[in-house]
Amino acid sequence: MAETGRLSVATRGTGWIREHPVTVLRIFIIVTVLLVWEGLAQSGLLYRDVVPSLGKIGASLIQLLTVPDLPWRVDIPWLGIATDIRVPSLYWHLYATFYEIVLGMLIGGVSGLAVGILLGGSKLMQRAYEPFLYYLGPCPKIIFFPVMIMWFGVGPGSKVAMGAISCFFPVALNVAGGMREIDKVLIRVGRSFRANTWQMVTKIYMPAMRHPIINGMRLGLGVCLIGALLAETKLSNRGVGFLVIQAYTLFDMPLMYSLLIVLFVISIGANALIGRLGGLDTIKRS
Amino acid sequence: MSRPTAISTRRYFPAVLGLGSFAAFVLLVELLVFADVFNRFIIPPPSDVLAAFPRVIMDEHVLSRFVLTAGEALAASVLVTIFGVAGGVLLYQFNLLRRATETWVAAIAAAPLVLMYPLYLVIFGRNATTIVMMGFTAGLAPIILKTLEGLAGTRRVLINVGRSFNLTRSQQFWKILFPAALPTIFVGMRLGLIFALINIVGVEYLINFGGLGQLINELAERYDLAGTYAAICFVILVSIIVFMLTERLERWLRPAG
Repeated sequence: MAETGRLSVATRGTGWIREHPVTVLRIFIIVTVLLVWEGLAQSGLLYRDVVPSLGKIGASLIQLLTVPDLPWRVDIPWLGIATDIRVPSLYWHLYATFYEIVLGMLIGGVSGLAVGILLGGSKLMQRAYEPFLYYLGPCPKIIFFPVMIMWFGVGPGSKVAMGAISCFFPVALNVAGGMREIDKVLIRVGRSFRANTWQMVTKIYMPAMRHPIINGMRLGLGVCLIGALLAETKLSNRGVGFLVIQAYTLFDMPLMYSLLIVLFVISIGANALIGRLGGLDTIKRS
Repeated sequence: MSRPTAISTRRYFPAVLGLGSFAAFVLLVELLVFADVFNRFIIPPPSDVLAAFPRVIMDEHVLSRFVLTAGEALAASVLVTIFGVAGGVLLYQFNLLRRATETWVAAIAAAPLVLMYPLYLVIFGRNATTIVMMGFTAGLAPIILKTLEGLAGTRRVLINVGRSFNLTRSQQFWKILFPAALPTIFVGMRLGLIFALINIVGVEYLINFGGLGQLINELAERYDLAGTYAAICFVILVSIIVFMLTERLERWLRPAG
């Protein structure tokens, strides 16, 4: 009886593995990578602390996320809130980076949208000006940072500008491409209703270009994040980029790994969220 | 007689308009700087930037810097191509591995990998290896995904032709799959090269080491405004030329029709 029970449990286990081979392989890969990492950390084959043990990285990550080490005054006059709290400094730096990225996305995204509509709406404009965008798009934007520092100073302004420049190109090119893909019937319908330019943009172009716009925004978010964070690593006293370069300066490797983990999780999550909110996963492929 | 002239005018008008607008913009900036509307200590007159080109090219050894950056980009591209194509082939050959890791590779492609440069500085030191490895890391994911896409997109009829000829697994790969996937693989190589180049110049600038990226940083730190703008224009020109060349090569490789 007991033998039968053991057998059925074993069969069930094997059955689950057979039914979920992808999950099993994923778990196997993750476990192997972690084991190899820990082995390297313990072996001393690499320079000390370059590959810190998983325990140290975990402890650093927990400290980074939970230990409140920064006094922060919350002052919201219209709600009558004025109080001093202590928060983990990561959140304050995340707030600084978030502010730069949101503003950069807003400026770069809106201007990219406007330029994309202009270029996509006219063949002449497209042929005259789109090559500039097309060829400037793949240039490394960080080279503009010295200029941005001169124009907007060493504060958040130059990082916002870096984010905006980085975001502008993918949005503009995607929107211009999307404009050309709009069904001509929709445009004729709008014109037959004598819609003005604003109505054409808001009622015809924008809804019809939802996917290219979201796609552009998704690409734009990635490069905006990179632009702002790299600028922070170069010259700043706030933001997650600054924290990363500070961890390098102090040779605090567990902290650096923890910050990179946090950053990658946030950027991949934000990317997936924009795609899902924009309904990119619902596009029917022919 | 007048018809071909009209056609060629219509053909070249957009390009003339684009370049003309650019020239007009440069002229406007020049005038605004001279009228003191723009501060010349923030925006140098374009004529100064133009005049700084020979100085930057000769005194700052632009050619040797360009060769250094190109060498780093080439090394990164070779690494990216070898490991990226091999990775794509591996994922294609082992379907289970593909199902388990394809989304991870796509997620890595979307991650801001360039932020790992301080980590690479610790591991490899402040030298060309860090820059090459950064370029390699940035360019790897797109080439893996494109190789996989190319191989998976091989037309069923071609694979069946190979089977009807009783080709071995290796022959099937080298004679059917790989040639069919080559145009897509090249798109991936081009993407990988562009990603690598962007990251290489970026990291050169950030760590103040190497070729063209370092030049911009040095000129900016010397507050040589005209020189900084000229160096930026030079880097833009180089990346445009690389982009155009790879685009031409891609078109040449792509089968007609």
